[in-house]
Amino acid sequence: MSNEVSARTDDAPPTTAKHHRVDVAGENVPEAQGSQATAQTVTINRPVAEVYARFRDFARLGDFMENVERIDVLDQQRSHWVVKAPAGRTVEWDARITEEEPERLIAWTSEEGAEVPNSGRVTFRDVGDRGTVVTATLLYDPPGGTLGKIVAKLFQREPAIQARRDLKRFKQLLETGEIATNVITREQLEEEGR
Amino acid sequence: MRALAWHGKHDVRMDTVPDPEIINPRDAIIKVTSTAICGSDLHLYDAYIPTLQKGDVLGHEFMGEVVEVGPKSTLKKGQRVVVPFTIACGSCYHCGKHQYSACPNGLPADNQDIARELYGHEMSGLFGYSHMTGGYAGGQAEYVRVPFSDVGPIVIPEGVDDDKVLFLSDILPTGWQAAEYAEIEPGDTVAVWGCGPVGLFAVQSAFLMGAERVIAIDHFPNRLALAAKFGAETINFEQSDVYDALMLMTGGIGPDAVIDAVGLEAHGLYLDNVIDQIKASTFLGTDRPHSIRQAIIACRKGGRVSMPAVYGGFVDKFPLGAFMEKGLTLKTGQTHVQHYLPGLLNAIMEDKIDTTFLISHRMPLEKAPEGYKLFHDHQNETTKIVLKPGMAADA
Ligand SMILES: NC(=O)c1ccc[n+]([C@@H]2O[C@H](COP(=O)([O-])OP(=O)(O)OC[C@H]3O[C@@H](n4cnc5c(N)ncnc54)[C@H](O)[C@@H]3O)[C@@H](O)[C@H]2O)c1
Ligand SMILES: [Zn+2]
Ligand SMILES: [Zn+2]
Repeated sequence: MSNEVSARTDDAPPTTAKHHRVDVAGENVPEAQGSQATAQTVTINRPVAEVYARFRDFARLGDFMENVERIDVLDQQRSHWVVKAPAGRTVEWDARITEEEPERLIAWTSEEGAEVPNSGRVTFRDVGDRGTVVTATLLYDPPGGTLGKIVAKLFQREPAIQARRDLKRFKQLLETGEIATNVITREQLEEEGR
Repeated sequence: MRALAWHGKHDVRMDTVPDPEIINPRDAIIKVTSTAICGSDLHLYDAYIPTLQKGDVLGHEFMGEVVEVGPKSTLKKGQRVVVPFTIACGSCYHCGKHQYSACPNGLPADNQDIARELYGHEMSGLFGYSHMTGGYAGGQAEYVRVPFSDVGPIVIPEGVDDDKVLFLSDILPTGWQAAEYAEIEPGDTVAVWGCGPVGLFAVQSAFLMGAERVIAIDHFPNRLALAAKFGAETINFEQSDVYDALMLMTGGIGPDAVIDAVGLEAHGLYLDNVIDQIKASTFLGTDRPHSIRQAIIACRKGGRVSMPAVYGGFVDKFPLGAFMEKGLTLKTGQTHVQHYLPGLLNAIMEDKIDTTFLISHRMPLEKAPEGYKLFHDHQNETTKIVLKPGMAADA
């Protein structure tokens, strides 16, 4: 088949392939769901233990993930996500951790019957003086497919961009204790939904 | 409050806008006592900088009194502070290296995409300088919300006049960094293109750093006269051939270091559509010759090029061959203001640096639109305009 993956001869991350099939990127994500992959990364000038712990605290992910309205932690492995959708609606699903190594990685997938199937993996790498490299690989369905349309609406913008901005906010929160905003009144802040 | 807002090319107005409030824990609110119009503001006035929106409050050179502080601010109500134009967090990798203008943490995540597309990376937030640099409301206003107030603003001792310290916010450190980037050695001759505030402070700084000769280039007699006051020799580019003059003045060697303090405005830089940009940015010559090109051609072999001047996009006919063949070094960038503040405040207090010579006009804030027009249309007579919110409007 024409979209057969030719053997990679370099060390570049899978999602940077110019002609790629998803399973290349997805091969590290257990129980992968979603046909499109994006990888985003950020270096945070804090120790890996702190960065990991803050991320693992799912109930507080909404502090820097713009579209997350609420995450209920159900047990050690499972959580319930309530995510903003257009016109004041929300979309919900259950997610389950598929792999976890403290201070190294967390992988998850959405449970059967999720309105918006998705999966992903976040790795944490101690880089000494520079802090911690956080890399998120997300699998989702691209705009165009039936699910894609929902995803596009759901995220209000391309998931890759959304993920990148969420990671930047995560960095700001950990490095400075706050998330940068240019609003000048609390009323404007509320209008932005923060 | 009252504030100077951008409405379009050559259209700035005094508007009534909401008073700023504390939003983040490290914020402070400053009641502005003095604020200046910068050469960089003229780029906005002329609509060369994309991503400005109608109603944006301008101004990035300001100082004033602390009137409100967030729980994590280290400032105290009543203190007088000068605020750096670059918004930097103090705790990221770049801030740790004192590369404050590279700090990504003051730039709202949603505003980072544009610079990422254009430059490969996001830059620091700036006050009053378009949405690409954060969309922060600026200092040509009665009040300003200042993020990271525990890191940026420098407290000014009692009894020191605003006019002496206001320029710590931008142009003094910018001129100083420009001279530092010229890596001046004893006996050096330094040539400075542009005798605006940045060029004039670069002239002063170059002498303080041990330059034997400084040659200042401009076409406004008044501005050249100010450079001469500090001991510079001058070249008026409308009257003399700059390259020929520099060669004859330096025994054919050329200046050891060259400083471009002119920037995109002199030439007309057009950034096309920015979000899906990059294709169509053009560097067009107007009536003025291209200063950076000329500086590189004149610089001596193995010399240094320092470029405080702002460029926003792509330039055409950059003499890359001359740059390579002569083995030049280029240093540039938005100023790492926070890095220079303590040293420069000291230099001012010890009367080693004079800043007040620059101010040609003091006006009430309400007259800011007139100030822009004046600064734009009459550069020879107008070296620097300082706006004072407290001054009576009929002053
Ligand atoms: N790097 C930074 O952080 C930083 C900070 C502040 C300002 N700037 C930039 O520095 C530059 C200068 O700022 P300013 O406030 O002094 O501006 P300004 O407009 O007051 O001064 C520029 C001067 O350059 C002269 N000039 C124009 N064309 C020339 C030429 N071909 N040769 C010689 N001189 C020429 C003009 O006559 C004018 O006097 C601007 O580009 C500004 O945006 C950079
Ligand atoms: Zn300025
Ligand atoms: Zn920083």
